[in-house]
Amino acid sequence: MLFDFANVLVFLGVGITFVFAMLLAGRFVRPQIPDPEKATTYECGERPIGNAWIQFNFRFYLIALIFIIFDVEIAFMFPVAVVFRRWVESGQGMLALAEILVFVGILFLGLVYVWAKGDIKWQKLMTTDAPVRGKDRRVSL
Amino acid sequence: MSLYRSMPDTVLTTTVDKLLNWSRLSSLWYLLFGLACCAIELMQTGGPRADLDRFGSVPRATPRQSDLIIIAGTITLKMATRIKLLYEQMPYPKYVISMGSCSNSGGLFSYAYSVLRGIDKMIPVDVYIPGCPPRPEALTESLLAIQEQIKKEKFLVR
Repeated sequence: MLFDFANVLVFLGVGITFVFAMLLAGRFVRPQIPDPEKATTYECGERPIGNAWIQFNFRFYLIALIFIIFDVEIAFMFPVAVVFRRWVESGQGMLALAEILVFVGILFLGLVYVWAKGDIKWQKLMTTDAPVRGKDRRVSL
Repeated sequence: MSLYRSMPDTVLTTTVDKLLNWSRLSSLWYLLFGLACCAIELMQTGGPRADLDRFGSVPRATPRQSDLIIIAGTITLKMATRIKLLYEQMPYPKYVISMGSCSNSGGLFSYAYSVLRGIDKMIPVDVYIPGCPPRPEALTESLLAIQEQIKKEKFLVR
């Protein structure tokens, strides 16, 4: 039993050593011809513009979340629509209907929430107490 | 520190060289990069019928991992600078196959205002394949030609 574990251990050891040995061997035999052009960021041949650490507007995040509401709704209502007739025939139509209504209701609550928050609107005036980089504290988002 | 082309010409180093060259030519990874209709033939060459994989040649999605770039198609002037950058981003030793008339000389579009008349105006080419487009067999043949070329190269020996 213990020997079996030793097998695994040896396997692991050889595996890890092999990785570093190969990397080291490669380091010794490869030609090293550094070039600033070679070190540039790979963007499918395109020259990258600006910094990669740009800030995306968080409204895109909200839009993505709102999209999920409708997406999940569609994705789960189609299967129900397909099997609904069989549920009705087996006499459990009301149960299935109630289930899907509860499901849609929960999603609808989410929609009501974002609507009330005004996140559906693309243009939104937001007041914040947090210091905002820029000129004004009142930022139009 | 690198031992690249720094060892004396002895039996040991030449044997290691042969081993290195064999391993290099058996894993000639090419950049997954197509420009025009030749790229369709390039895909066909990677497919099961011509099966470039059996020579150890698999497509890579980044120039960092590729040894070989196959210029498959018409090189527009806009694309030419991109190809140049891709070529620069590949690590040495790197090889170039110019596939088809368009990348050999501009081919059918040689008189177009926007087409580079031959990739060899910009980057060094190892093998030219004639044809419009060349058959997958021709591309396989060119890969074999590159392998023959690698066999003759010195890697460790000065």
